[in-house]
Amino acid sequence: MFIINCPYCGERDQTEFTCHGEAHIARPDNPSEISDEEWGRYLFFRENPKGTHFERWTHDHGCRRWFNVMRDTVTDQIIKTYKMGEAKPEISNE
Amino acid sequence: MSNQNRTIYGGKVNREKPINFVFNGKSYIGYQGDTLASALLANDVHLIGRSFKYHRARGILTAGSEEPNAIVQLGLGARTEPNIRATEIELYEGLEASSQNCWPSVNFDIGAMNNFLSRIFPAGFYYKTFKWPPSMWLFYEHFIRKAAGLGQSPTAKNPDRYEQKFYYTDITIVGGGISGLLAALGAGRSGCKVLLIDENPELGGYLLDYNFSINEKDGKKWLKKIIEELNGLANVTILKRTTAMGYYDYNYLTALEKVTNHHVEFSSTLPRERYWRIRSKKVILAQGAFERPLVFADNDRPGIMMASAGQKYLSRYGVLPGKSVVLFTNNDHAYLTAFEFVEKGAKVTVVDTRDLLNARTSEKCKSLNITVYKSYSVIKTYGNKKVNRIEIQQVDKNQNQLTGEVENIHTDCVLMSGGWNPAVQLFSQSRGKLKYDLKINTFVPDKIIENQKIIGSNNGQFNLQENLNESFEAGIAAANELNFNSVEKVNWTGKEEIEFTHSDVEPYMLGKKKVTKGSKHFIDFQNDVTAADIFLAQREGYISVEHTKRYTTTGMGTDQGKTSNVNALALMSHIHNKPVDEIGHTTFRPPYAPQTIGAIAGRSVDKLFDPERKTSMHEWHVENKAVFEDVGQWKRPYYFPQNKEDIHQAVKRECLAVRNSLGILDASTLGKIDLQGPDAAKFLNMIYTNAWSKLEIGSCRYGLMCNEHGMIFDDGVTSKLGENHYHMTTTTGGAARVMSWLEEFLQTEWLDMKVFCTSVTEQWAVLSISGPNSREFLKDLTNIDLSKESFPFMKFREGEVCGVKARVFRISFTGELSYEVNVPARYGRYVWEKFMEHGKKYNITPYGTETMHVLRAEKGFIIVGQDTDGSVTPSDMNMDWIVSKKKEDFLGKRSFTRSDTVRHDRKKFVGLLVNDKKTVLPEGSHIVEKALKQPPMKMLGHITSSYYSPTLGYPIALAMLKDGFSKMGEQVVVPLMNGKIIEATVTDTIFYDKEGKRNNE
Repeated sequence: MFIINCPYCGERDQTEFTCHGEAHIARPDNPSEISDEEWGRYLFFRENPKGTHFERWTHDHGCRRWFNVMRDTVTDQIIKTYKMGEAKPEISNE
Repeated sequence: MSNQNRTIYGGKVNREKPINFVFNGKSYIGYQGDTLASALLANDVHLIGRSFKYHRARGILTAGSEEPNAIVQLGLGARTEPNIRATEIELYEGLEASSQNCWPSVNFDIGAMNNFLSRIFPAGFYYKTFKWPPSMWLFYEHFIRKAAGLGQSPTAKNPDRYEQKFYYTDITIVGGGISGLLAALGAGRSGCKVLLIDENPELGGYLLDYNFSINEKDGKKWLKKIIEELNGLANVTILKRTTAMGYYDYNYLTALEKVTNHHVEFSSTLPRERYWRIRSKKVILAQGAFERPLVFADNDRPGIMMASAGQKYLSRYGVLPGKSVVLFTNNDHAYLTAFEFVEKGAKVTVVDTRDLLNARTSEKCKSLNITVYKSYSVIKTYGNKKVNRIEIQQVDKNQNQLTGEVENIHTDCVLMSGGWNPAVQLFSQSRGKLKYDLKINTFVPDKIIENQKIIGSNNGQFNLQENLNESFEAGIAAANELNFNSVEKVNWTGKEEIEFTHSDVEPYMLGKKKVTKGSKHFIDFQNDVTAADIFLAQREGYISVEHTKRYTTTGMGTDQGKTSNVNALALMSHIHNKPVDEIGHTTFRPPYAPQTIGAIAGRSVDKLFDPERKTSMHEWHVENKAVFEDVGQWKRPYYFPQNKEDIHQAVKRECLAVRNSLGILDASTLGKIDLQGPDAAKFLNMIYTNAWSKLEIGSCRYGLMCNEHGMIFDDGVTSKLGENHYHMTTTTGGAARVMSWLEEFLQTEWLDMKVFCTSVTEQWAVLSISGPNSREFLKDLTNIDLSKESFPFMKFREGEVCGVKARVFRISFTGELSYEVNVPARYGRYVWEKFMEHGKKYNITPYGTETMHVLRAEKGFIIVGQDTDGSVTPSDMNMDWIVSKKKEDFLGKRSFTRSDTVRHDRKKFVGLLVNDKKTVLPEGSHIVEKALKQPPMKMLGHITSSYYSPTLGYPIALAMLKDGFSKMGEQVVVPLMNGKIIEATVTDTIFYDKEGKRNNE
């Protein structure tokens, strides 16, 4: 059970949040012009990495804001949380 | 004779306070401070239960929470609990317990014949035997479960109350033995908030039962002082009788506190158990270690127990479990128990697997007249319901075999000690990594993941002297790391008469050639897993530890292998001639010990299980005898029976009232979202499939929402209240989902859109009046001009209704002339009652959800979630009319041209009329290509909605049918569960008022 640092509210228990899968997958600007395969990639394909993962969370039972979480899927350590629209953080090689 | 095994003096039980209890129907007397196990032993009761598989006689192996054998059925009636460890049950007046897994009695158990048939019950027996035919498994399982079960579950509802507590602290210390106490003292003196958890009723752990000195003075007095100081520290909370059950991410722990389990009467004010949910900045694990059994033939007879358990029964409870005792050991420390037994009058013989003995120990044995067989092993035991004789033989370690004469020893109690295993369960749950320590031959903590320390014997460190100082310093260091002030270190000198030495684990080595034959060398007592079973698993290819565990069930009982795991792994290591580290270990999962489901549920039972949502008219519905239905968390009137009407009669009456005069529905549960902002129309254009740009203020429009896969996921009417201001309605069940959906896109995709969404579902009470008389009726109650010209269909007006400010929407879900009157929720019941009063002359009829469903089905209006199931597109529902062709983009649009969504043979939404004009098809029935006597049949679709239509006088149904649009007028067949085959004709989905004249009146 994580403790998540909501960028708007601060540290809260995981029970207040919901995870919505991989972050930084932008909806295509021109859906009608792209191929079925490209559209399928947007809809269905996800990274599922071992290690650093960027994912979307909402603080449902709190401020109801969406934000991004950078989490290590091996250790479950949350490396960083940041607001929607902010740049994807670099993965350090340490 | 009572308490015949009680020593004349000694022990900490209160001999002034006798306690009456019943075991297997027989009354006994114990003393205050006894456990059920100690009181039974005091009364010379050794046979406690029968084993899981072979129904072998079993006694008491340990004196703590690791007990695999002595598990009993505790209590009676609704409070009865199975599989409770007799070693942990504190005796209380009137306690009743009984043996498990035996019939007709523990002394004469029919199932014990399994023991003689054991040759045909090896590991994997059930898998191999009851495999064929597969369909028979359910039949076999019934009997297997009966034969190989543990206790009985209560059949009545548990009358007890359980509570939960959320707790936040600086440091949590698990284990109240010497290490935990000193760590708590170090941290406590530093001033930080400390929670100390211990599963026993008394703090002190192992040292309560052994003699030791601190700074050359009596250690017990010193221990008492330490506990007194801790009790006096306001920042230290001590939980006794509390077992840490789970250790999850970020130092989140759960613990179960037994609050009144040990009380005679259950309290009306206190809960029975309290479930703690603990978040801790730091955790210090100090859970200690479990003594490890030795593996030899028939090592499971009653009367054979762990040396440390014998020590505890003797020194804590004043119970001498035997008078002619054999200590079978592979280490020095267990000799302390031999000395203690001699002192209390027992005759003791020692069988030691080693040939070298510490000189001082040797001396003391000589002086106490203890015979020591060095380099010997117990090779077999005898005794029907209690051990009475053992055979021993010399061991040739070089040849790895037994040698010389077999000697007999008559005995009534065998104490065994095979070394100690740190209790690494919680540590492993916290994802700490273990390594195998070759010096003490067991798994010890290696790599820590959480913000945690692990100390004392829990960390594989058994030396008292070192543990004293290191534990105290660990407490100080933990507080220091949390920025609390340092306190002075203390140096204690601690001594035990015999220090812990390293023990070799040689689980069965002796007589290994015979291990698969004849007598049983038990590894896992609770699951009846023998050394031979482990051998068999390896031979049959179940070589990974996880496979061996599941094939043999070793380590899978209610004790989760606390006494058996390391022996099983050591045996596997021996078989494969590989280091134990390479064999590995199985995964430890919560809970650490069995726990009640009641405690996990806490107060979330009955009425508090899930919130109930009620509309502001709810009490009126109750007073007027509505039958309710749950829609999500909402309570909605299902129908309003009058006199002795059944549902069919009531629904028929309600339907006809709406069609002929006037009905009223409480529609307050509909989801309502207030949308505001300059980009609201643009936003609606993206969210809904149809176009919203041209909607005028005061107009309403029906909309369909799809997800990005192009599948319908909600619908509703949205009205334009003002420039940049909309009122959206959703399905009752979909309200929260739609709200999240809107927020998601506003916050993650279209951050530049200026739109604000607010849920207003509970702010408005909605009274939906419907029927040809609704205009006439409402006219007298409002200042809004209701004339057809000034307030046509699909328009919205604001005004006063019954003197209350209202929003009135002219929309219809029944196909009749309808008005949805929205008033502030607090006026809901007031307006409702005014309506009922004024509506008398129109015979105003309140109707429920069932009538609403019938009326909308007659009109072919869909219900999202009933007629759709998340796999249908607007096109499948024949709703292309609501999908904009002009809009460049909206959610779901791109997926409408995927190859799968344009497929011609998709299931399509059609109407069905049964040819017999009387059968109401069950919803969910399949439409098949050809009806056969039994499945499989080729399926063409299914019924989504089906009702008897009172308006039409015959049943109607809605269905999803393969390529349905091209099958209009064709015949289909629907086989029912009762064997009947119903024929039906495919129609369109509108059964009544196809032109839609009535709601346009």
